[in-house]
Amino acid sequence: MISFSQVRKSYRGGYEALAELSFGIEEGELVFITGRSGAGKSTLLKLIPAIERPTSGTVLVNGQNIGSMRRPAIPYLRRNLGLIFQDQKLLYDRSVFDNVMLPLAFTGQTHKEAARRARAALDKVGLLAREKANPVTLSGGEQQRLCIARAVVNRPSILLADEPTASLDSASAAEVMEMFRSFNQVGVTVLIATHDEALIERFNPRVLTLRQGRLDA
Amino acid sequence: MRQHWLTFALTLARLAGNPIATLLNVAVIGVALALPLGGYMLLQNMGGVTRQATGDPQVSLFLAPDTSKAEIAALETKLKRIPGVRAVRFISREQALAGLKRSENMAEVIAALPSNPLPDAFVIDAGSSAAELEKLESELKALPKVDHVQTDSAWVKRLETLVALGRTAVLILATLLAFGLVAVTFNTIRLQILTQKDEIEVSKLIGATDAFIRRPFFYLGLIQGTLGALAALAIVYVCMHILNQRILELAQLYGSDFRLAFFGVPDCLALLAFAATLGWLGAYTSVSRHLADIEPR
Repeated sequence: MISFSQVRKSYRGGYEALAELSFGIEEGELVFITGRSGAGKSTLLKLIPAIERPTSGTVLVNGQNIGSMRRPAIPYLRRNLGLIFQDQKLLYDRSVFDNVMLPLAFTGQTHKEAARRARAALDKVGLLAREKANPVTLSGGEQQRLCIARAVVNRPSILLADEPTASLDSASAAEVMEMFRSFNQVGVTVLIATHDEALIERFNPRVLTLRQGRLDA
Repeated sequence: MRQHWLTFALTLARLAGNPIATLLNVAVIGVALALPLGGYMLLQNMGGVTRQATGDPQVSLFLAPDTSKAEIAALETKLKRIPGVRAVRFISREQALAGLKRSENMAEVIAALPSNPLPDAFVIDAGSSAAELEKLESELKALPKVDHVQTDSAWVKRLETLVALGRTAVLILATLLAFGLVAVTFNTIRLQILTQKDEIEVSKLIGATDAFIRRPFFYLGLIQGTLGALAALAIVYVCMHILNQRILELAQLYGSDFRLAFFGVPDCLALLAFAATLGWLGAYTSVSRHLADIEPR
């Protein structure tokens, strides 16, 4: 489903974020990516939705080569991915409900159908009662759950989360993690970047550890 | 198609949601367009006046005092054959004198004269343009027994030149202010893109196409241009009414019922289409320039 082979990513000025990275992820897997800050976790996650392109090597997502993908094709790749960002990127000028409606604005279903799906997603993360609230009024854990709702509303086959528990207390973090596990149980491939050791111990998933842009076996 | 309507409605709602900014933008465009538009309206009305005045410019042909009746008849047939001459009317010296006597102040002067000083004359209706008149004038001068030829061509020419000058001035003004409209739209869209930076970034990240992101800004430019043109029409209309009150007083003094007339429907529609196109153009350049800067990292 996702495969990296000999992937190198260097930035202007010579900084090398990833070097000679090769691994594969099968459909329906739940994989944690760990490593210290600056080890390349975020860069790795950004390569999959073509936010960044590899300097060399091949990144394949659902058989599509990200490195050679033409710009107009990128939106259609991203619609099949659920993205949860480190800085959340919620829109505070609109309600919780409208935040979840955003990904449905350009996929061509009727407003009624879109609203039904948005409410289903909010229900799944336990925020249906807060649909009219502004995201600013939500707690940290609730905001993170809103991000998850927005990521899954289009029913993506792959879910990518960058440090989803970084700013949460352990109870909220466990809640959020449970949600990822339940999506994984219905067949969604889930990739989570985190440095939360406790979490990894509890779930005992497959772990890819990065050190200075390389896999640490 | 449904998405286009949704975007259109959303853009209108956004404009209505920020009434002061919208109003100011529309006012700027309206005032900018009203200047050349008002000039164009004045020119159109002046064009009407010149057409009326030059509808049949006249040439007066004064004959030598010793011209005989037979010579006059021969001349009349000759005149009628000259191309560019539409109608020929003979005014004998007796008729001319009788005409003068009818005008109030002249009667006494004429009574004091020992004999009729006026010559026989032809009045000719001629072709309309100044160049035609000039050619005709030289032709008429060459005819036998013609003492003096007097045409309207000098002032027709002056008026024509004046209208042409006005037309050029309006054209220059319109071109400059069309640039102004594009610039105003460019800037409005730039600000709007900055305001919606977060939304644009997130939309790109979750799979919105460039076309989807651009569309509302195109509509914004289009709607703003159209509203600006409507404002310009309203400004010119109100100004015309204010001017007409004074013009009516003035025209009455000259025994005329002249007043300024407004544009017809085709002209108004053309202006709306023109402004909408310019607004779209401003939005297009702004979006092409600024949207690429918002690339998610």
